[in-house]
Amino acid sequence: MSRAHFVSQEPFNPHSVEALTSVQENYYMASQWKLMWWKLRRHRLAVICGFILALNYATIMFSEIIAPYDLHTRHTDYIFSPPQSVHLFHNGEFIGPFVYGRDYELDMDLLKRNYPERKDDVQPLRFFCSGDPYRFWGLFDASFHLVCPPENGTFFFLGTDRLGRDMFSRITYGARISLTIGLVGIIISFTFGIVIGGLAGYYGGWVDASVQRLIEVIRSFPELPLWMALSAVLPVNWSPLLIFFGITVILALLDWTGLARAVRSKLLSLREEDYCAAAELMGAKPGRIIGRHLLPGFMSHLIASATLSVPAMILGETALSFLGLGLRPPVTSWGVLLNEAQNINVVALYPWLLYPVVPVVLVILTFNFFGDGLRDAADPYK
Amino acid sequence: MLSYVIRRILAMIPTLLIISMLVFVIIQLPPGDYLESHIAELQSQGEAVDEKKIQFLREQYGLDKPMIEQYWLWLIGMLQGDFGYSFEYDLPVTEVVGDRLFLTVIISTATILFTWMIAFPIGIYSATHQYSWGDYGLSTLGFLGLATPNFLLALVMLYLANVYFGTSIGGLMDAQYIDAPWSVDKVLSILEHLWIPVIVIGTSGTAGMIRRLRANLLDELQKQYVTTGRAKGLPPGKLLRKYPLRIALNFFVADVGNLLPQVISGAEIVAVVMSLPTTGPLLLSALQSQDMYLAGSFLMFLALLTVFGVLVSDIALALLDPRIRLGGTVSK
Repeated sequence: MSRAHFVSQEPFNPHSVEALTSVQENYYMASQWKLMWWKLRRHRLAVICGFILALNYATIMFSEIIAPYDLHTRHTDYIFSPPQSVHLFHNGEFIGPFVYGRDYELDMDLLKRNYPERKDDVQPLRFFCSGDPYRFWGLFDASFHLVCPPENGTFFFLGTDRLGRDMFSRITYGARISLTIGLVGIIISFTFGIVIGGLAGYYGGWVDASVQRLIEVIRSFPELPLWMALSAVLPVNWSPLLIFFGITVILALLDWTGLARAVRSKLLSLREEDYCAAAELMGAKPGRIIGRHLLPGFMSHLIASATLSVPAMILGETALSFLGLGLRPPVTSWGVLLNEAQNINVVALYPWLLYPVVPVVLVILTFNFFGDGLRDAADPYK
Repeated sequence: MLSYVIRRILAMIPTLLIISMLVFVIIQLPPGDYLESHIAELQSQGEAVDEKKIQFLREQYGLDKPMIEQYWLWLIGMLQGDFGYSFEYDLPVTEVVGDRLFLTVIISTATILFTWMIAFPIGIYSATHQYSWGDYGLSTLGFLGLATPNFLLALVMLYLANVYFGTSIGGLMDAQYIDAPWSVDKVLSILEHLWIPVIVIGTSGTAGMIRRLRANLLDELQKQYVTTGRAKGLPPGKLLRKYPLRIALNFFVADVGNLLPQVISGAEIVAVVMSLPTTGPLLLSALQSQDMYLAGSFLMFLALLTVFGVLVSDIALALLDPRIRLGGTVSK
């Protein structure tokens, strides 16, 4: 009779009323990591910093190729040589990258070596060339370099140190140790943090109480003196590689507390969730519940905060090596390089020995900005 | 209030006990002890070893006893004010440490005050002008301070201060005052030298504090009472001063716990570079020569300094915030 009261027998499909646009559907169906990536991408600075970091880490694979000289090549004729500047034009004429040849004279008043440029001696740089031989990744011999000094000339882009070793090459090689020590350290402290924080958060009770106390104690202790004390313990006769691992472990030993704390507090709240109780009723063991059901829920947070603690480790290594308690030559890290710049004469006479600080500052800044962006992106549902 | 302070002090005891155990383990880790290496050194130089003195020291400090007992003796000794004997200096540790610890305290306090003075206005500005150019610029500057290794900054500042202000290099006072009794001139000379380490150590802590203060204040600014206040027509400056800032201030005092370990760490390394007569260089040499009681006591003193600093800040916090002294927790 009255059509106005017709009710369809079909089940109601909400999509028939409000259809999702493809953009929306894309968004709702995306995985957590994808959402994180989208959010991170909007954080322009973080993306740029991430890119710079990736570039830095890429260089450590090809240090031999990028560095014009070998790590240990000494140029006894060019001790404490100041940086050579690269020119493009000679007498208004374009030549391409070149350096001027140099003379050597000793200033007897200041007892300083001077290397005046011969303005008529143009020495073009060579590219993709063969220079100091090296063993690439310890696998095969090669002598290919990106940039080489001119024939019979020198190319010290950042000057040389007291043994006439090229600073630029040493900084390039130093990146290997300095950058990996942070990563290896963070892997160790990450493991510590997850295991200890996980135990404390999952079991609670006295385990939690004692872990809490321990964390409190470690955090209230000034880091550096403790690092110093621990690294003074490393036997002098250890091989450089062992010392490297020793220092890494020491740096990690004091660093896990922040992560453990984060893991603990998250676990404490998450273990009350229904899905956790369900897993428990189905007979899952604690290890499985923590690893399979709880951890993935806040892994992104953990990674973000781990990124933020890498710079502290890099700085720690630098400081320890600077004091002579960390890595020792022949291992070359940025801290070891700075160890040579320990005294004030260096600042006054050979300021280029301070250059290793530039990559240190750069890497730490980029790690901080990148970590900040990651942390913001870590919670894409907010 | 009194019961809060007592509770707080009692809570320090287990913390200090654990710290003392940690320190003891660390100083025991290297193989052998100072006496052994000392004897070996003397013998290699062909000198006679004073057996009696060695034996006396060994017994006095229980080096021949088992580990647990040594720890116990060390702990009891410390409680009675006997911090052990520095083998290298041939003096009781307390005499070696003496003024140095006092200067460390002065530098740390001055640095924290400096950090506050810089971080507070910048933090407020950054929070109230979020995402402005000023915010970005100041944050970058702060990060730069964080990223520059302290020791290097110290070196460069030392050089600049010497070139432009003629401040003598190294030390915390001009040479003629070093062994002089305390006087007005000596204090002035210290003040003249103090600003370099304070700025150098302060730069690293300031950035962190600005960030924490900014985040904290931003949280407060989003709360409803601020909206209410604004809706009722409070002028922005007064609104900020009366409510969010007061709460952020609590956090500011509480943050000393984060700041202090960092400041003391910084003070150690900067002191080595600038050869300040504080604990830094002595700790370094004690660690290198395995002078275990000296190193251990230094570590212990530094930990004590932090624990006490945090205690003071907690008590100040309790004075500021009634929720704490009445047993609740501050909402951070």
